[in-house]
Amino acid sequence: MVWLWLIVLTAIEVFLGYIHVPLAILLVSVIGLSVVKAVLIMAYFMHLKFERLGLILTIVPAMVVCILLFLLFFPDGFRAFNLKAF
Amino acid sequence: MISNWGGGVSPFGIGHKKLGMWLFILSDSLTFGALLMSYGYMRLASEAWAKPFTFSPSIIFSTVMTFCLLTSSLTMVMAVAASANGDRAKMVKWILATMIAGLAFVVLHLIEWQHLIAEGLRPFSVPVEWGENLSPMFGATFFTITGLHMLHVLSGVIYLGVTAVRKRATHEDVEVSGLYWHFVDLVWMFVFPLIYLLSIKY
Repeated sequence: MVWLWLIVLTAIEVFLGYIHVPLAILLVSVIGLSVVKAVLIMAYFMHLKFERLGLILTIVPAMVVCILLFLLFFPDGFRAFNLKAF
Repeated sequence: MISNWGGGVSPFGIGHKKLGMWLFILSDSLTFGALLMSYGYMRLASEAWAKPFTFSPSIIFSTVMTFCLLTSSLTMVMAVAASANGDRAKMVKWILATMIAGLAFVVLHLIEWQHLIAEGLRPFSVPVEWGENLSPMFGATFFTITGLHMLHVLSGVIYLGVTAVRKRATHEDVEVSGLYWHFVDLVWMFVFPLIYLLSIKY
């Protein structure tokens, strides 16, 4: 069941938090796993997979844009760090 | 040829309440996305960021909280299924289980907050014992993001309660409240790793 998968993915994430991987790999895998969990929840719990294609095409690209907006400003964060703007 | 202006046609084939809830979920995702983005940006741009979450109690608590929310999503799915079968008594029972799991989440989270506040965490200052040169924004980002999420969980519990007792609640109403509840769980899927798992104290 979907619920079991969500628990397993969460357990993997917690485990990853504790082994010493480089920060970049940790970030990528943790965000990636969270996206997978989000897709599972939206498709099965929120029943999006079984709705009309039009609704899927309305919601999914918007969510993708949301995640990309989240990621987009990080290079600027590195720049700000190098400027020591604080 | 059928004219849509004649009425009786629903966009995407779903009712207006469901569509409205999906659109609200879209906009709320952008809100949380913006908050998480600002948290990430500030963290990247600071020299050092606090990492105070010990396994016990913080990681244990937050993992149990994640389990609570995931289970509440499962009970919500059961409630919607019961409502689809017309079984009103079962539907109320499952919604009650969802509400209890949600309240457990809020209680555990408030205990977490109380731990951190007792250690000296404030919105714009971190306790000296945590380390040197740590960015003072840790408290602000932590309390804002988790606090806004907690508010969503609380209002979700109230919303579910109202849906369960309303005599005129239709199956669509139960579905729509389920959508909101799953959205709250979805946000936590992002908040939990980004705030807790990235700040584990080794």
